[in-house]
Amino acid sequence: MTTTVDPVTRPPAAGAPNLTRSALSVRRRVTNQVALGLIVLALFVAVIPLGLVVWSVLSRGGSVISWEFLTEDIPNSFRRSGGGVGPAVIGTLIITGMAALMAVPLGVLGAIYLNEYGKQRPLARLIRTMADIMTGVPSVVMGLFIYSAWVLLFDARTGFAGALALACLMLPVIIRSTEEMLRLVPDELRQASLALGARKWRTTLTVVLPAAISGITSGVLLAIARAAGETAPIVFVVGVTTAPNWNLFSGENTALPAQIFRNASQVFEPAQERAWGSALTLIVIVLVFTIIARIIANRFAIKER
Amino acid sequence: MTTQTQTGPDPKTALSSRGGGPRADRSFQVLTLVAGLLVLAVLALILITTTREAWPALSEMGLRFITENRWDPPSNVFGGLAFIYGTAIVSLISLIFAVPVSIGIALFLTELAPRRLRAPAVTVIDLLAAVPSVVFGLWGVLVVAPKLVPIYQWFNDVLGGIPVIGSVFGEPVGSGRSFMTAGLILAIMITPIITSIAREVFDTVPRADKDAALALGATRWEMITGAVFPHSFGGLVGAVILGLGRAMGETIAVALIIGSSTQITANIFASGNAMPAVIVDQIGESTGTFTAALIGLGVVLFVMTVLINTAAQTIVRRAEIRMKGARS
Amino acid sequence: MTAPDPKVETVTASDRPSVSINAPTSGWGAVGVDTPQAAGAPVMDLRDVSVFYGNYEAVRGTSMPIRQNQITAMIGPSGCGKSTILRSLNRMNDLVPGARVAGKVTYHGQDLYAKDVDPIQVRRRIGMVFQKPNPFPKSIFDNVAYGLRINGIKGNLHDQVEEALTGAALWDEVKDKLKMSGLSLSGGQQQRLCIARTIAVRPDVILMDEPCSALDPIATGKIEDLMHELAKTYTIVIVTHNMQQAARVSHYTAFFTAEVDDKQVRHGRLVEFSETGKLFTNPSDKRTEDYITGRFG
Repeated sequence: MTTTVDPVTRPPAAGAPNLTRSALSVRRRVTNQVALGLIVLALFVAVIPLGLVVWSVLSRGGSVISWEFLTEDIPNSFRRSGGGVGPAVIGTLIITGMAALMAVPLGVLGAIYLNEYGKQRPLARLIRTMADIMTGVPSVVMGLFIYSAWVLLFDARTGFAGALALACLMLPVIIRSTEEMLRLVPDELRQASLALGARKWRTTLTVVLPAAISGITSGVLLAIARAAGETAPIVFVVGVTTAPNWNLFSGENTALPAQIFRNASQVFEPAQERAWGSALTLIVIVLVFTIIARIIANRFAIKER
Repeated sequence: MTTQTQTGPDPKTALSSRGGGPRADRSFQVLTLVAGLLVLAVLALILITTTREAWPALSEMGLRFITENRWDPPSNVFGGLAFIYGTAIVSLISLIFAVPVSIGIALFLTELAPRRLRAPAVTVIDLLAAVPSVVFGLWGVLVVAPKLVPIYQWFNDVLGGIPVIGSVFGEPVGSGRSFMTAGLILAIMITPIITSIAREVFDTVPRADKDAALALGATRWEMITGAVFPHSFGGLVGAVILGLGRAMGETIAVALIIGSSTQITANIFASGNAMPAVIVDQIGESTGTFTAALIGLGVVLFVMTVLINTAAQTIVRRAEIRMKGARS
Repeated sequence: MTAPDPKVETVTASDRPSVSINAPTSGWGAVGVDTPQAAGAPVMDLRDVSVFYGNYEAVRGTSMPIRQNQITAMIGPSGCGKSTILRSLNRMNDLVPGARVAGKVTYHGQDLYAKDVDPIQVRRRIGMVFQKPNPFPKSIFDNVAYGLRINGIKGNLHDQVEEALTGAALWDEVKDKLKMSGLSLSGGQQQRLCIARTIAVRPDVILMDEPCSALDPIATGKIEDLMHELAKTYTIVIVTHNMQQAARVSHYTAFFTAEVDDKQVRHGRLVEFSETGKLFTNPSDKRTEDYITGRFG
């Protein structure tokens, strides 16, 4: 050991050291306080717009909403008051429902491939990366894709085209969130099932999936909530209608986001009112899905322990 | 497993007698694989079909499609530079506001918040993410934009006379529908995504590093700059780029708020237009080459967002690997 | 108070074969000779200190002194609260939500938990070395310079870094690669880097929380040698799960144990505090004797 500690290194605080806050240099103290203050401020900066949006939608939309508003047909003039957005409510529900019907099974199967079969193989990694990239594809591009590949091909705007676009938007989200959940399932469960002589597909469907089901459901509901609020593809692949259309495969349709978009840019009071009313309806639908998803996710967290 | 089988004929038949046979296993695996491959298929199809539909416009305009500032559908001239410019400016403004706020919130959640405040704060961010973008657009155009005009006017009065800076803070448009308003609303919309990634990044900073800094007598802020930031720089860059990708593709809010005028100006208080906004605004009344040109804008947007997202993923992943490797 | 006589240690080794204490061949006998005048005076003092996590009392009623330029070891089975007490000495427990300290911890006569005391000043004077080597993901130089920079300590940065690295017996090994990442060093070197980082800000007391538990025997030996050197300048408190280590390096030893009260709740408790030689050769408490002779659990 070559150490020779210089006597200079003796601690300066041999007497009664000053431990109070005043011992901290003003510069350091102020920098710290200011920085921490700004961090707290950042949270408020985010809370304020949320509060303002919610307040605007509640106060302006609340006075519009009624049973008639939710069920009656859309007036065919922006200037006319009365009527409702019934067809848009129906459209939102059936288009989003159809999209979920397509995207959920495919997404879950894709996630099963990634987590149970592909794991770290190059193909699985490629799919994972591409799913992440697909999540970032703008909804307007997804709309254009369906427009080019479906609407122009069959020369018809339908609810189903909208459902296809929403399904494309949901697919990568469901794949990635489901994969996360499957990864949480302990390997012992799989081994226990395999050791009993069950085949892998059986193990996956009867042991692994049920173990992760609440997490998967929660992720799926969040994806559905997201899709229900998507506007761009709806606006130009679904078309317009003022009467309810229960048929997804023929005839144009409409949905709440499209109604909000169309009415928001109008100067007429009745149109703007319809926009606010539709916004409140849409937020409530999205919120219900989000809250159910959270409750399910919390249940799951408790069961894990 | 097969070595355990002492008697009996072929172990394969012994196994196939139970649970549906190896064929079921095989076909299930193929089924899941097909579902996984669908992601690749859709991405490839997006590129192929949109490019094919956009080809008439792209081939006619060539590179001028993205370098020329003249969008004149009646005379079949489609130069989309103004829209690319608008997208860039609006995204930039939104990042300037969203990045510090998001990092601040993420730091609050990971380093400062008392435990009972953490859950409500996370809920607020989740709710912010849950509000559909069209609702933000509606709020932005009918409530926010008119209220911002006096503020813009004040900035213009104060800073308008200064050279260079003055041209940025120019005369505000009367409706308030401008690059700036669109950027502000976009900032609110991309804050949740940047926050959530920044949070994940900060969460990977080892407790031991923070303790080490504090044990040396660092203040909390010194701990953040000394122990947290060096660990998370790469991840933060990725988060910001991901936010940029989101901002560029955001359609509806921007379409409602940006004011829809085809111009390139330094004035952030002026109206403009952006790629996704032009597409939704005009595709309803377009035909022929015009439609092709709009789809072409979509192709440009698609390529740009894919490039940006790929860059972001790579950076985030590399940062993750570096951190994990360093600790093992 | 004087440093314990090394002879006691030797007796320990021969008398109690059940505890294989290897008396150090060199090193700590010299400490007593070399110690400055103030050596032995209490720097810190614990009076009836209890640490709570929420309503749970993790350690109860601890009283002991920490003496200048001496090495005080805390030993005991896991869950006995020795690390908890250690972390209450520089207010690192403040960082655990719900943690609370009752009783009095004084440092040069000042109550560490008084209202006007700033934990940052406390930690600057009472440094800490952790169980797992935890250098920052920065260069070796920047690791050591970090504390100097944030504390705004004046003087030639390079000289002070060299001095700290020399003090931690690491200078010769790293002087040619100061720009390399601190994480590129071996485990033992990383831990000595962490010690250098701690002594660079010239603390008064150094707390060590099982500093060798992640290291191999050779690296452990180097750190133990280093501790003897450091004790000439600093006051050291070390938590260790390794009795032999406590016997080898320390002047005083506190033995903690975990007790279950009538409500079936476990609490950590200080059983015995005395000179290391005495504690290992002639413990006054039956529980201490059981533990050091290996009859414990």
